[in-house]
Amino acid sequence: MIKKISVYPEKCTGCRLCELACSLKKAGEFNPTASRVRVSIFGEDAFYTPIVCTQCDEAWCLKACPSGAISRDYGAKVVKVDPERCVGCRMCTMACPFGTITYYAPEEKAIKCDECDGEPECVLFCPTGALKYEEESTPTRLKRVVTAKKIESSSKEVQP
Amino acid sequence: MKGWIGKILRVNLTKGEWKSEDLDKSLAEKFIGGRGLGSKILYDEIDPKVDPLSQDNKLVLATGPLTGTSASAAGRYMAITKSPLTGTIACSNSGGHFGAEMKFAGFDMIILEGKSRGPVYLYVEDGKVEIREAKHLWGKTTHEATDKVILETDMDAKVACIGPAGDKQVRFACIINDKHRAAGRSGVGAVMGSKNLKAVAVKGTGSITLADKEAFRKATLDGFQKIEANPVTSKGLPTYGTAILVNIINASGIFPTRNFQESVFEGAEKISGEMIADRILVRNRACFACPIGCGRVVKVTNPKYECFSEGPEYESDWSMGACCGVDNLDAIAKGNYLCDILGLDPISTGVTIACAMELFERGIISSKEVGRPLNFGDADVMVEMVRAIGYREGFGDALAEGSYRMAERFGHPEYSISVKKQEFPAYDGRGAQGMGLQYATSNRGACHVRGYMTSPEILGNPVKLDPFETKDKAQWDKTFQDLTAVVDSSGICLFNTFALGGAEILEYLKAATGVKMDLGELMRTGERIWNLERLFNLRSGLSSKDDTLPERLLREPIPSGPAKGKVVELDKMLPEYYQLRGWDKDGIPTKEKLKELGLE
Repeated sequence: MIKKISVYPEKCTGCRLCELACSLKKAGEFNPTASRVRVSIFGEDAFYTPIVCTQCDEAWCLKACPSGAISRDYGAKVVKVDPERCVGCRMCTMACPFGTITYYAPEEKAIKCDECDGEPECVLFCPTGALKYEEESTPTRLKRVVTAKKIESSSKEVQP
Repeated sequence: MKGWIGKILRVNLTKGEWKSEDLDKSLAEKFIGGRGLGSKILYDEIDPKVDPLSQDNKLVLATGPLTGTSASAAGRYMAITKSPLTGTIACSNSGGHFGAEMKFAGFDMIILEGKSRGPVYLYVEDGKVEIREAKHLWGKTTHEATDKVILETDMDAKVACIGPAGDKQVRFACIINDKHRAAGRSGVGAVMGSKNLKAVAVKGTGSITLADKEAFRKATLDGFQKIEANPVTSKGLPTYGTAILVNIINASGIFPTRNFQESVFEGAEKISGEMIADRILVRNRACFACPIGCGRVVKVTNPKYECFSEGPEYESDWSMGACCGVDNLDAIAKGNYLCDILGLDPISTGVTIACAMELFERGIISSKEVGRPLNFGDADVMVEMVRAIGYREGFGDALAEGSYRMAERFGHPEYSISVKKQEFPAYDGRGAQGMGLQYATSNRGACHVRGYMTSPEILGNPVKLDPFETKDKAQWDKTFQDLTAVVDSSGICLFNTFALGGAEILEYLKAATGVKMDLGELMRTGERIWNLERLFNLRSGLSSKDDTLPERLLREPIPSGPAKGKVVELDKMLPEYYQLRGWDKDGIPTKEKLKELGLE
C-alpha cells in the first residue's frame, strides 16, 4: 500500500504550522521560504489550503533537470532532489506546473517535498487534519462516499 | 542571535530617515521582547509627560523571541506607546501574520519617531526600508489601504495600518493588521495617525534560528498535546470562538448589560457563540502558528447589515450587543465589521455608545445633540454611531473622545464605565472580585487581558476560586499579571495559558534563545516588566488615586441574577495588593523592590 500526503482544504485554518514544521526539519530554522509545503490564503473567499508536491508519476521537474539531480524512488513513489548534483539552474521550477518545487536562495538549490521518508513532519504538526499521510486512494474514496450519500438522500426525496 | 533576529529598525518620520540598530542582548534577556522590551525602550526614550499625540511620543512595534516560531500560537506583535486615551503606557497586542513576517523581514522591533510632514507608509523588505508617499491612502478604510499597499509592494507583504479613525485620531483608534486582526486598545492607532503614518508593510525571506532545535521541536509537540487535551483550547474556542463565553458569563450573572446597569442580559442566547456558529459562521480562521484557531469568518446576508467579516469576538459581541442592550446578531456583526474597516477598538466603541445611551435615557443629552434618539436596544442607531465615530461625523465626534471625556463634557463622568479613562471589557467585576481588583490595578486602564482572573473565578482553570470572595485575590492578581507580562513579551497568544503555564513557556524560551533561567526568574522578569510600566505611569502623573473603579462598581450593587447585591470590595484587596507588590501605601514601588528587580 502506497501512502501519500493528502490535502483537505476544507479543514485548513491558514495557520501555516506546516510551513514551520517543514522548514525546521529541512533547514533547521524557521523560514517559510525554506518550506516544501506552502499555504495559500484567500481571505476574501474564506479559502485556505496547503499546496505540496503531488509526486507526479511523470514528473515535469525530473524531465527538465539537466544535471540528473532529480530522481524517482519507485518504491515509495517520491520524486527527490539530490543537493549534491543540483546546480541551481532552476529549470525544474519553470517546468513544474504547480509551483511545488522551488529555488531556495540561501542554499542555491532546488527544494521539494520528499515526504520525509515516510514520516512527514507537516502532517505531524497540522492541528486540524488538513494534511494527512494515508493510503493514496483515501481522499477519492471519501469523495465517492459523500457523492453516494447525496444520491441516497436525493433519491429518498423524489421517491413517490 | 537565537530566537531574536537581533536587529531594531528605527525610523525618524520627521526627517524621513531610517537606520538599523543591533538589539542589546542583555537587555533582551532582561525584558524578553515585545511588551517588556518595547516598554523599556519607551521608558528610556520618551518623557512620560509628553502629549501622546505630539511628535515627541514614539510608537514601538515589537515582536517577541517566540514570534514567528512554531511555539503554540506564536504570531504576536505589540504596539507600545503612550496612550491618548489613558495617558498611561499602552501595549496593544495582535495576532494574524504581520508579527511573524516582520521578523522574516529582518527586524525584532520597529521604533517610529517624530511626525511626517504628509501621509506616508513604510515598506520593509529583507532589511531594506522605504518611506513612501501615502496621500492617496489617507481617509481610506483599512481594507482599501491594505489592498492598495499589497498591490504597490508585494503580494506576500503583510500590512498593519490605520483606518479613518486613526487618520482622525479617534482616541481609541486601533491598528489593524491582516485586515481583521487588531492591536486594539488604548488608541495606538491614533498615535500612528498623529505621525501621519498610514501603514507599515513587511515582507521577508529571512530565518529565525534556534539555540536548541531538538528541544524546541519537543517543546512544540508537548505544547500541542496539552492544547489538545484542554477542553477550552481544543473544543470550546475552535467550535464557538471566544463568544462561547456569552452564555457562560451571562449564567454567572456578570455579563454587563445596558452600560453596567444590570449584569444579566435577556438577549444573551441570541448573540451567543453557539448562535454565531449556527447562523452566520462560514469557517474558522487561525492566526500564524495557532493550533487553536478561534477566529470566525462570518457572512451576514440580511441586506440591512450585510457584511463578510471576521469576528465578532466575545468582547465586540458584548460591547455592541448586551452593553448597548442590542440582541440583533446581524447588527453586531456589522458594527464589528465597521470597527475593522474604520480601525476602531470595538470595546471602547461599544461601551462609549452605551454610556451615551444611558446619558440619553436619563435626559442628560437629547436628540438635539445626537441628531436622533439614542435608546438602549436600538440596533440601527448603534451601527450608525460606530460609523459616525470612525469618521468623527456629527455626534460621533463627541463619542470619538471616549466615554469619560464625552460624559464629562455633559457633566456626568460617573456614567463612564472606565478606569484611567479606558472603557471596561465584558466581565462585571462586582461578581468576580479578582477581576474587579485587576481592572483597578491594570497598567493600561480597564482591561481583561492584563490578568485574566475570569479563568480561575468563573471557568475554574487552573483551579476554581469563589468569585465573590476577596481573600487571596491580590496574590492571584499579581501572579496572573506577572505571568501575562511574560506571555505577551515572548510573542505567543495569551489563549495558550488555558493549557500552558510558566513552565512550558520557559521551555520554549530556553530552547529558542538559549537563555538560562528558572521559573522563579521568569516570573521575576514578568514582575520587572509590570513594575517598569508602573514607573512609567507614575512619572506620567498618575497616582494611587487612579487605581480605582467607577462609582457604579463600588457602590451600586448588581440588581439581579446570580451576583445580585454584589459590589467590588476594592478597599479589602488593594492595600494587600500594594503590599504584595512591594509598593508603599501610595502605590509607589519601594527602593528595595526596584533594586531586587534591577530597575533602580
